[in-house]
Amino acid sequence: MKQARSKNVGITVFIILLLTPVYWLLNMSFKTNQEILGGLTMWPENFTLQNYVVIFTDPSWYNGYLNSMAYVTINVIITLLVALPAAYAFSRYKFLGDKHLFFWLLSNRMAPPAVFLLPFFQLYSSIGLFDTHIAVALAHCLFNVPLAVWILEGFMKGVPREYDEMAYIDGYSFPKFFVKVFLPMIRSGIGVTAFFAFMFSWVELLLARTLTSVDAQPIGAIMTRTIGASGIDWGVLAAAGVLTIIPGLLVIWFVRNHVAKGFALGRV
Amino acid sequence: MDKIPNNRAWWLVLPVFLLVAFSALIPLMTVVNYSVQDIFGPGQAYFVGTEWFKEVLTDERLQDSLLRQFLFSSAVLLIQIPLGIGVALMMPKSGIKGSLCLILVAIPLLIPWNVVGTIWQIFARGDIGLFGWGINQLGVDYNYTGSTVDAWLTVLLMDVWHWTPLVALLCYSGLRAIPEAFYQAAEIDRASKWAVFRYIQLPRLKSVLIIAVLLRFMDSFMIYTEPFVLTGGGPGSSTTFLSQTLTTMAIGQFDLGRAAAFSLIYFLIVLLISWLFFTAITHADKEQ
Repeated sequence: MKQARSKNVGITVFIILLLTPVYWLLNMSFKTNQEILGGLTMWPENFTLQNYVVIFTDPSWYNGYLNSMAYVTINVIITLLVALPAAYAFSRYKFLGDKHLFFWLLSNRMAPPAVFLLPFFQLYSSIGLFDTHIAVALAHCLFNVPLAVWILEGFMKGVPREYDEMAYIDGYSFPKFFVKVFLPMIRSGIGVTAFFAFMFSWVELLLARTLTSVDAQPIGAIMTRTIGASGIDWGVLAAAGVLTIIPGLLVIWFVRNHVAKGFALGRV
Repeated sequence: MDKIPNNRAWWLVLPVFLLVAFSALIPLMTVVNYSVQDIFGPGQAYFVGTEWFKEVLTDERLQDSLLRQFLFSSAVLLIQIPLGIGVALMMPKSGIKGSLCLILVAIPLLIPWNVVGTIWQIFARGDIGLFGWGINQLGVDYNYTGSTVDAWLTVLLMDVWHWTPLVALLCYSGLRAIPEAFYQAAEIDRASKWAVFRYIQLPRLKSVLIIAVLLRFMDSFMIYTEPFVLTGGGPGSSTTFLSQTLTTMAIGQFDLGRAAAFSLIYFLIVLLISWLFFTAITHADKEQ
């Protein structure tokens, strides 16, 4: 029992330390700039929602969130659509060059995004996709698709092939079997994959910023604009930061029971 | 499970292949193309062979940032791996407390990287940040925008804060996969806590630890956004890591040939070291 208690204390201390910077951001987002610059207060003395009002009423602010959401959603959809059949093929069949293909896919996860910066910029400019959501979504496929294939393959391997065979005997065609029988069986795998694809696309900024200028600018790039003539608008910056954390929290809440399995496969 | 040989499976893989080829092969070929040319403008390019590579390899600025990068990545691995294992061992095994811990620990991972930079930019400031203010209050002269050492420590601390949760979550799920019977056997043998860790938990964690080490190495080697927002690479160039050097060169100075040669060398270093790690670990695995 004593041991369990010291463990509890340890993990509580760790989580408190982990959340302190986030608490500070949240704290600042409810303060006025005068209070922020006037001295340290552990709790907002003049509680204000003004910083959030600024973001929700100014289109140049909230469009950043909409842009980020748009390319992340497109990316997750594309990723799942192409990765599901491919993962099925890798988990069920042997085919020419399968192992090489698999490792080549994974090696893209190791490529520093900075390496692809300039070629991406030119590639998407030359085909007229610069500053569109689809360009960022496609660019993020570079690391999300290999990851998705890898995670899904792990989940699909856990489904015995007898199911496939039984479905054929029952007269299911392949597409019908895949959608009606197979996909429901790996629901949690799809959820976990969508979570990771969402997460890595949501947090990435280098490519997203380089491939956009006005119309599809992500919130991360817009946040740099709070540095105005009168210095940095700390309160609005903090509020914008707080709002970027919320989507991630919502998504992880939905997959909380499955996400440990995704990690257990070691496929992140 | 036996796999059936079937070359028609290529049709299922084809979309992935095309998509990744489009977003990886074409850009990579562009980089290779630039790296052997000197480009002055549209239509004005001259073949220069391996000149850029020679220049890049002897450039002191790049060697400096490479050295900084190695120091940073080693420090990251040395701190985060043991700390992550420790946290995983402390996390409650199941139930609502387990889920809650999982989500709370995962929070730093869900924050966009530039916001991570912003959070620490605010948090570590001496005038408006809790952390910087607290340290100054203790009588230590701390200023991450002025002092090289402080800037380094802040970037490192930020990375520990940001990524230790990933190591912890990987290890946590690895630990949960150990059957209860193992612990019961250890209890009958009156194994010490250390023995349980050394002979039961650690060997079982090996596969997730391989992934953790690889991921942390790769990602810390590519770090860009967080230090860029926090310190902007300064003071001087003390926290300018490889990605930032490359980005400045490619987008800032538009020095295409040099940046391309640098990109290829950079990519090869990451691939080579990841491969070395991987073979070293799997080799040690076989010998046991």
